[in-house]
Amino acid sequence: MTVIINTGNYIAAKAAVMAKPDVVAAYPITPQTTVVEGIANYVDTGEFKGEYICVESEHSAMSACIGASAAGSRTFTATSSHGLLLMHEMLHWAALARLPVIMCNVNRVVGPGWNIWADQNDSISQRDTGWIQFYCSSNQEIFDTVIQSFKLGEHKKVLLPVMINYDAFVLSHTSMPVDVPEQREIDSYLQKYKPGWKLDVDNPITFGNIIGPAYYEKVRKAMQDAQENAKDLIPEIAKDWKKKFGTYHGDLIEKYKCDNADYILLAMGAIGAESKVAIDELQKNGMKIGLARVRTFRPFPKEEMLKLGKQADLIVIDRNISIGSEGALFNEMKAALYGKSDAKAYGFIAGLGGKDVTYKDIEIICKKVVSGKAKDFEWYGFEGA
Amino acid sequence: MAVKDLPMEECILAGSAACPGCPATLGLRMVLKALGKNTIMVVPACCTAVIESLYPNTSFDIPVMNIAFEAAAAGASGVEAALRMQGKGDTTVVAWAGDGGTYDIGIQALSGALERQTNFIYICYNNQIYSNTGIQRSGATPYAAWTTTTVGGKKEFRKEMGDIIRAHHIPYAAQACVSYPEDLYNKVKKAKGIKGPKYIEILAPCPPGWRFGMDRTIEMGILAIETGAWALYECENDVMTFNGKSKLILEKKIERKPVEEWIKHQGRFRHLFKPGRDEKRIKNIEDYTDKVWERYRKCYL
Amino acid sequence: MKKYDVVTTISYPKKGAQGKTGNWRVFRPVLDKSKCVKCLQCWMFCPEATIIRNKDDTISIDYEYCKGCGICANVCKVKAITMEREAEK
Repeated sequence: MTVIINTGNYIAAKAAVMAKPDVVAAYPITPQTTVVEGIANYVDTGEFKGEYICVESEHSAMSACIGASAAGSRTFTATSSHGLLLMHEMLHWAALARLPVIMCNVNRVVGPGWNIWADQNDSISQRDTGWIQFYCSSNQEIFDTVIQSFKLGEHKKVLLPVMINYDAFVLSHTSMPVDVPEQREIDSYLQKYKPGWKLDVDNPITFGNIIGPAYYEKVRKAMQDAQENAKDLIPEIAKDWKKKFGTYHGDLIEKYKCDNADYILLAMGAIGAESKVAIDELQKNGMKIGLARVRTFRPFPKEEMLKLGKQADLIVIDRNISIGSEGALFNEMKAALYGKSDAKAYGFIAGLGGKDVTYKDIEIICKKVVSGKAKDFEWYGFEGA
Repeated sequence: MAVKDLPMEECILAGSAACPGCPATLGLRMVLKALGKNTIMVVPACCTAVIESLYPNTSFDIPVMNIAFEAAAAGASGVEAALRMQGKGDTTVVAWAGDGGTYDIGIQALSGALERQTNFIYICYNNQIYSNTGIQRSGATPYAAWTTTTVGGKKEFRKEMGDIIRAHHIPYAAQACVSYPEDLYNKVKKAKGIKGPKYIEILAPCPPGWRFGMDRTIEMGILAIETGAWALYECENDVMTFNGKSKLILEKKIERKPVEEWIKHQGRFRHLFKPGRDEKRIKNIEDYTDKVWERYRKCYL
Repeated sequence: MKKYDVVTTISYPKKGAQGKTGNWRVFRPVLDKSKCVKCLQCWMFCPEATIIRNKDDTISIDYEYCKGCGICANVCKVKAITMEREAEK
């Protein structure tokens, strides 16, 4: 075990290289660029021995990964914001093709205007594509989750692509110490990639020709079943990792000081990490509130939500908004509780456009709920909070 | 290379969804005779994606990956990189796309793959329209041609894709035609033996798209060459060689027939002849073709 | 042929994938063997591979799948193939 101190992006690059993908597709976009630059450095030193394809757009990045994965190789790429949006069509393609492409997405605001700071509208707007989605809150979690994602995505009961999300700058460009296992430990943890299907001259198949309605429905059902399987595997993988490597970040959710809580705060990503500080302060002042940081957004941890709802009233902070409706986590959490819980639910939009959300802001939000002054759904900072 | 020497193996099985007389199917049949079974194809949205027929069956007896419309060359870059990493670099990777997926929506990915030196053969079968969606104009559609989106006849001349490709200075770029199968076979075979990015464009006269009888596919290709509307050539490491009748036309050893001899058989140009002759547009076509060949002569003689 | 377990759009090669395309025909090619000079132009130009090349370079026609486009008759230099209307048979 070595300790490396580096930014979320360089840590992601290190993890990607240690997973030994055959093919990496690289395209720059702020604030993801240092992921692919990090891998380029490893190409130069020889530590990365795979193919590094400098594509000419993100759509081509995902297309190249799909081609490589279809040919039977482990693949990785990274993007953010507009890059993720540009490859939207191919995200659907990878998931429907059941190809375990692994990708880091740095959560960055979508324009216009140009804004490079953190918010989750980019990845949240991809939630229907069939990709598994994780939201990380520390560089150690980024490292661990990238490696775990290869194991999860490539599992024969899953065979789906995985997106590892983390906030722009707050994580991508912030240095933290990370425990990094030895290469041989990662080699024995991940093992060689066994594709679920592949392009093979000794067994010719046509992938992706015209498919009729009834057959297509079966493909969709199989994807849903695969994500259900992932829901079972994610906790197993997290527990196994803790045993082997010592670090742990929860599995589908990460519970923090929830014992005896009357209120539970839910958040994703960096706001999730910041919330721990807020929870400590609030508990010190007598509030019975805990945190459930949502680490896995797809598959959506429905059962975990119900357990939380049985215990406490729920406060959700979304760093995203579906215009015309609500924040995604708030919305889907309520759907999970519907008809099965008496828990009250309060949703807050905070941090859009990269607006900083500090533990002080989180404390104000929680106090407003507890004091009975909060509406069901609010935009933090807009209603005289 | 004589007809009798063409390999017997058929990589395209009978009973596909292709239109009768389809030049794309014919072209692919010939290409695969030159490449053999150790080939993996990437096919974007185009007629061929439909010709493969319906899941759970396929008419193609080699591995094929269908991909989104604009992504053929990028997908091929990925396949090629993966195969090389697996020690299977001897497998030929082919991107097989229509003119829509090459000239228009696919041009970015194609340019990127060529510039990146992806070791593959990009083959564009050019029926001069978006055929799969029902005959809409593409960047390859010639001037004055009817399509469903250029009902009175296209106002612009077609792109010279060959020029764009050659500007990438790849080891091999060629134009061919389904009506000249030995020439096409030789070009594909040559491309197979070269390392790096290769581009072959095959003129594919489309009976429903160009509006001619489905038995005349080969005739339409021959007339395209004889009138100079299409040229057969190869460009190897920036050295241009014209082939067959195109060479004779270039060197003025024979006169190219008037383009009218080609277009008068095609319903897509009917409005230039009925109810009366559109002399202006017919002359525009002839003048344009003269200009193209003068440019060829200036650059390559 | 190995079949994969994963449920996605994977199709396996089959002759007649689009059905018995011979049913599409309005005209069928008919060969006059006495005229055939075994040049194999018809074999080469058939888009469907339904002109079968025999070992002695004569040809047979696969009527189960021939779509009746008429290219073979069109390219035959000695007019050994004629297109005859199906309905009359």
